[in-house]
Amino acid sequence: MVVPVSYYLALSVALFALGVIGVLVRRNILVILMCIEMMLNAVNLAFIGFADHFKAVDGQVFVFFVMTVAAAEVAVGLALIVAIFRTRATVYVDDLNILKW
Amino acid sequence: MTLTIPSFTLSSIGPWLTLTGTAILILLVDALSPKGRKAYFPQLSLLGLGIALLQTFRLWNHTGTDFARMVYVDNFAFFFYAVFILGTALTVLISRHYLEDYGKNLGEYYALLLFATLGMMLLAAGAHLIMIFLGLEVMSIAVYVLAGLFREDAKSNEAALKYLVLGAFSSAFLLFGIAMLYGATGGSLYLDDMAARLAQAGALTQPLTLLALALFIVGFGFKVASVPFHMWTPDVYEGAPTSITAFMAVGVKAAAFAAFARVLFLAFPALKVDWVMILWVLAVATMTLGNVVAIAQTNIKRMLAYSSIAHAGYLLVALVAANQLGAVSLLYYLLAYTLMNLGAFGVVILVGRKKDSYLSIYDYSGLGFQHPALAAAMALFMFALAGIPPTAGFVGKFYIFSAAVQAGYIWLAIIGVMNSLVSVFYYLRITVLMYMKPPEAELGPVAFTPALTTVLLVTAVGVLLIGIFPGFLYNLAVNSVKIFPSL
Amino acid sequence: MLIDYLPVLIYMLIAVGLVGVIVLLSELLGKKRHTPAKDMPYECGMDPIGDARHRYTVRFYVIAMFFVVFDIEAIFLYPWAVIFKSLGWFGFVEMLVFIGILVVGLVYVWGKGALEWE
Repeated sequence: MVVPVSYYLALSVALFALGVIGVLVRRNILVILMCIEMMLNAVNLAFIGFADHFKAVDGQVFVFFVMTVAAAEVAVGLALIVAIFRTRATVYVDDLNILKW
Repeated sequence: MTLTIPSFTLSSIGPWLTLTGTAILILLVDALSPKGRKAYFPQLSLLGLGIALLQTFRLWNHTGTDFARMVYVDNFAFFFYAVFILGTALTVLISRHYLEDYGKNLGEYYALLLFATLGMMLLAAGAHLIMIFLGLEVMSIAVYVLAGLFREDAKSNEAALKYLVLGAFSSAFLLFGIAMLYGATGGSLYLDDMAARLAQAGALTQPLTLLALALFIVGFGFKVASVPFHMWTPDVYEGAPTSITAFMAVGVKAAAFAAFARVLFLAFPALKVDWVMILWVLAVATMTLGNVVAIAQTNIKRMLAYSSIAHAGYLLVALVAANQLGAVSLLYYLLAYTLMNLGAFGVVILVGRKKDSYLSIYDYSGLGFQHPALAAAMALFMFALAGIPPTAGFVGKFYIFSAAVQAGYIWLAIIGVMNSLVSVFYYLRITVLMYMKPPEAELGPVAFTPALTTVLLVTAVGVLLIGIFPGFLYNLAVNSVKIFPSL
Repeated sequence: MLIDYLPVLIYMLIAVGLVGVIVLLSELLGKKRHTPAKDMPYECGMDPIGDARHRYTVRFYVIAMFFVVFDIEAIFLYPWAVIFKSLGWFGFVEMLVFIGILVVGLVYVWGKGALEWE
């Protein structure tokens, strides 16, 4: 059975929207980072779906790069969270208010 | 199965290789040299940047693509290479003393600066959307870390985290846009083919293309700090180390505009009506908000942050014009902005010394009596940012607004000029404070290091020189934008 | 057709056999002395009973970050490994450069003392 590309796309859009909502409403910085990861994975899904549909390999290659970049971003994010936790003892974005948000 | 490896010439990415090599060398020297030994990181970085600049000159007037159509080898890219190298070199020069003040003469600082410059070059030369994405991320991730350089400082941490979260968020939007474009073009990511493929794809993919365009505007709009994606800018600019604020304001913005212009002009000429309309609104909102809010600021870094938002608005006007003069003015203004903004931040570092204790604009009161040379330089940069002749800022704005008029956007030009008038108020306020108010406190001696003196001299002379004789740079820019067939 | 999977079968037999032999040998040869600590269910060296919201030392985070970064870079080795033969020396040298840059990262981490536990 061949899954039509629109199914992949619908799932990808739904995941992406969930990620966006998560970033906007959650207050724990770790959860926000996870929601961003979810958005990136939604993009990956769209790439894979299209690559399969068009039989063009560029999309699959793109997914590799998205994954590595996401890992680098998360590593930097975790490092910053640890640094903030040391100086401020919080992981909630509402407490990050020295600079006017 | 045998694969043919596409032919390529390494020299066409020579500047990238030099910068990568220098950065890796700095990291290794930093990691392997015994603690407390003074290493020559700034000198090494400047050497690498110098070689990269020479390689860029040697590449000038090459055309076409390389590495299996992944990389553009053209004057548009080379012009931006030169702007990035200039911006990074000036940043290195203003950094050293500043970092030593904080006891942070770190190797990784310079390595990350070079990596960020590399990312900017990838952005300016990327011919494939993977390259553009990679360039954006290499640049951004390096700058996230640089913004959080002062680990013990809660402000610096907070700025870095905000930048990272919002930056990653906007990158995700850009990526989703790329994915939609990949679908709309039927599986191509090369900027070259996009316009043709989108034209023949037909009406069925129109929603996908429009969605992709909107997402691109969100993604790039964030990086260039355009309203309504500007919220991070003042916070991040205030919290980050001052040298990095300068770097972000000139380098990141220029690189994002380079890629933005290339994507809009090469991939979306068919949707010109749509993006011109959206960018028209964004340009007006960005200019107006930046200038109006800047008036209320009393922290010099925050004021310059809003000023940088306003400048993003002027540059968007150049994109809206979407004609040859518009593209030329974009290049000209980005170079001029690099000079005047880095000069202004050089003064901010000199005045703010002792771990940034003097960052209020009232600390500039009476500067003209205590340090006439410094005050004169600051006044010149403020005049340039406000766009008063005979500085580069004036010529740049003149080109931008002429381009808008030429393209028929008279109202946009009028709003732009009115905004410039508003901006004169807060730029001149600094000058008035410096020359007409008694000093609030004795500023004491200012440490003119050779590096900072060089920066102030180069930027001040540059701002005047390209302001009075814009012809040479204008011709270079005209030469650089010939690659866009749709202009 | 099925004969193609013979190596997999042999591999599985060896794997199961090896594990079986090791378990059997330790059962036969090992001394059995029971201590309270030994009788606890094993959980990666952590105390299995107590509050689950347990604070880890921050060093684990550092190691975790290195793991995330270095581990994910291996993703580029897979496509290369699949067509390693047809890429030939060019691909090999290119991968060496890639690994070399990762090694520089490792040297940096090491030189900065981030891998030292104390």
